[in-house]
Amino acid sequence: MSAADTGNEPLPSLEQQRIAQAREGRWRPLPLIRSRHWRWIINLSVLLYVVLAWLSVDVNWSRVAQGMERGQAFVASFLQPDFTSRGGEILTGLWESLTMTFTATVIGVALAIPVGLGAARNIAPLPVYFVCRGIIAVSRTFQEIIIAILFVTMFGFGPLAGVITLAFATIGFMAKLLAEDIEDTQKEPLEAIRATGGGWLQWINYAVQPQVMPRLIGLSLYRLDINFRESAVIGIVGAGGIGATLNTSINRYDYDTSAAILLLIIVIVLMSEYLSGYVRKWTQ
Amino acid sequence: MPVKHVNNVPVWQRREPLKQYAIWAGWMLGGMLFLLCWKVISDNTIWEFMNDAGTQAGSLIGRMIPPDWSITGSLMLPLWDTINIATVGTALGILIAFPLAFLAARNTTPHPALRAVALAIIVSSRSINALIWAMLLVTIVGPGIFAGMLAIALRSIGFVGKLLYEAIEEIHPTPVEALSSTGAARTQVLAYAVWPQIMPAFAGISVYRWDINIREATTLGLVGAGGIGLQMNAAINNLAWAQVATVFVLIFATVIVSEWVSAKVRHAVI
Amino acid sequence: MLKLTGLSKRYDTGDLALNDINLTVPAGQVMALIGPSGAGKSTLIRCVNRLVEPSTGSIELDGQDITRARGARLRQARRQIGMIFQNYALVERLSVMENVLSGRLAYVGFWRSFLRQFPSSDIQQAFNLLERVGLQTMFDKRGDALSGGQKQRVGIARALMQNPKLLLVDEPTASLDPKTSRQIMRLICELCREQQLAAIINIHDVVLAQQFVDRVVGLRGGELVFDGDPKDLSPEILTSIYGEEDWSVADDNHEEADAPATASVDIAGAHP
Repeated sequence: MSAADTGNEPLPSLEQQRIAQAREGRWRPLPLIRSRHWRWIINLSVLLYVVLAWLSVDVNWSRVAQGMERGQAFVASFLQPDFTSRGGEILTGLWESLTMTFTATVIGVALAIPVGLGAARNIAPLPVYFVCRGIIAVSRTFQEIIIAILFVTMFGFGPLAGVITLAFATIGFMAKLLAEDIEDTQKEPLEAIRATGGGWLQWINYAVQPQVMPRLIGLSLYRLDINFRESAVIGIVGAGGIGATLNTSINRYDYDTSAAILLLIIVIVLMSEYLSGYVRKWTQ
Repeated sequence: MPVKHVNNVPVWQRREPLKQYAIWAGWMLGGMLFLLCWKVISDNTIWEFMNDAGTQAGSLIGRMIPPDWSITGSLMLPLWDTINIATVGTALGILIAFPLAFLAARNTTPHPALRAVALAIIVSSRSINALIWAMLLVTIVGPGIFAGMLAIALRSIGFVGKLLYEAIEEIHPTPVEALSSTGAARTQVLAYAVWPQIMPAFAGISVYRWDINIREATTLGLVGAGGIGLQMNAAINNLAWAQVATVFVLIFATVIVSEWVSAKVRHAVI
Repeated sequence: MLKLTGLSKRYDTGDLALNDINLTVPAGQVMALIGPSGAGKSTLIRCVNRLVEPSTGSIELDGQDITRARGARLRQARRQIGMIFQNYALVERLSVMENVLSGRLAYVGFWRSFLRQFPSSDIQQAFNLLERVGLQTMFDKRGDALSGGQKQRVGIARALMQNPKLLLVDEPTASLDPKTSRQIMRLICELCREQQLAAIINIHDVVLAQQFVDRVVGLRGGELVFDGDPKDLSPEILTSIYGEEDWSVADDNHEEADAPATASVDIAGAHP
């Protein structure tokens, strides 16, 4: 009977086997990886990695036990954050962070636009493309804090180094996403506007800009948010902002002040998220 | 279409006048805000330092080239530690973020109060940089890889949790309805109707975060949380810029490899 | 078998979707539920398996009141009611076999279902059902690799895996072409007769309904306006269900719905 079924339409043997098994009530889902060898190799290498990674961690449990008390103090301090005893420092740090964030985002986005245009394969010539992609790769690889160390060495302590750091990081982030966005735009408007005989800037203004503008605004707001969070970190190496105050308070185990600063950061991030949600709805 | 009459000749305008004025006003406010912010920064900057910035940069780059390749061998173990911090940290973070995302998603949460708690955890974790978590954890569990792993995990919870709960909220509701109507229990509906739908997103998010964590893990050593950052910090403190350059090259290579791996995996699952 | 008494549903928005529905469906009867869009057809069948909570009234299944059942009791009741959906509602990333077996979820524990360790009798039944709906070679295919008609066949197999006593069928043919629609309707009705299943079929296509069902119930504005034999559906009654204005709007359907209304008398007469 089953032979007659398959007689006119030959099936691959594995499939035939599975059908015969299912008819008898034996069935397992197809494995994700067909080859049994590869399954074994992958499982073994995962196991091996877990063992090796475990060996590389040396937890000093007595130190951890000691620290638990501090951990509890830290968690408890979130219930009684101390905004006042270092209120002045917190306020100036926060103000500096916010100004750094805004300035750096404006400068960074303004510089990211030409880089992003240059890094879009469909509108830039090849040499420009490679230069711009290089800038993006360097800017994206290194964390803000590493760049901050270099700029502090060059420009000295203070918020200027921070602004340049954040602007530099913004260029890589924004230019990459902008370039990808431009590469994804519809081709027809690009050709249509070019066919009208307009200049290069006109072409960008009429064919490219309308297609990428809403996303550019959305990304800028997102980057503003990221820059604020980063501005809280780069202060550790002397690039201005709230980070220095936070660093000091943590090193002094003054967790009540740390908690206050962290809570302020969380609240500001939350607010900016709501705000950017509104702005995004409004621009679309 | 807004049209303005000049000497009885209709002139096309892009926007209604009021809207146009509002946009101009917005630009002006933004510009003023920028100038104000710039002034604050300028006041807090010692501009004398700027005068020799060019020579400083030149000498810095001069001392970085050529990089000191002799220390490459001794950087391999810290690099391995860095990768472990990122990988184990990501895994820990995902382990916590996964259930949290189901609590935070509007369509799978058992109770609105639990949802609020889960969202609060996610936003707190997301707002605070891994480096800050690392600073805190170094004072609590002591310096070393363990603090780094925990810091990466704490930061990853919010990132993975947020993207995952958004993916859960976007699933098609009909399979969920269909499986509920067979009389399946809640957990079975989650396993059969929700999980298959979010699986590709979950894999993509996890690998993406791992890629970011490799970058972040390279810096954790600056605050004593293990990895290649420790060597970088030591080299910077000794002003051994040729060694710093070697570390940079290694970080650059690692990041490019991790980016390639994550792109491959994301392609495979979608 | 199924008894609805005084069933009403008012949504949170204030819309009264169902108003005092009294309906009894005996075992083994295939019933079509017709009516214009928004008449409450979908709400009615979703009230039966409590995907929608009725506001007032009661639902009795085999003499058991399930109107307020919760937890395990509700799942027990749902297990006896199979449901087939307009847009198939398959889990597209699972294989056909997994989709069919998901009809057994209420019969196996969580870990067994999670590890895909279904009893071999379940797998045999699933295979036989797939054979019955003509998809026995497809069980390793993923849900999203199937055509619309094939997906609906898998949906039918999943519903029958529950060994239900009652089938709820929500617009089974709305997304299918005419030929596939007929095949699917025939399959559903044949299976119901084979297994002595009662069924409530929501359907837009009056002609199709008349050819296959034992009984037609008309719903309009949440109220029951017709209940009788398919051959009693005259143009006047159709007008009373769909309304005069609606007829003129749906002018294309007019001839279609009108002509076979008389033709169906012949079909009904031809069958003993």
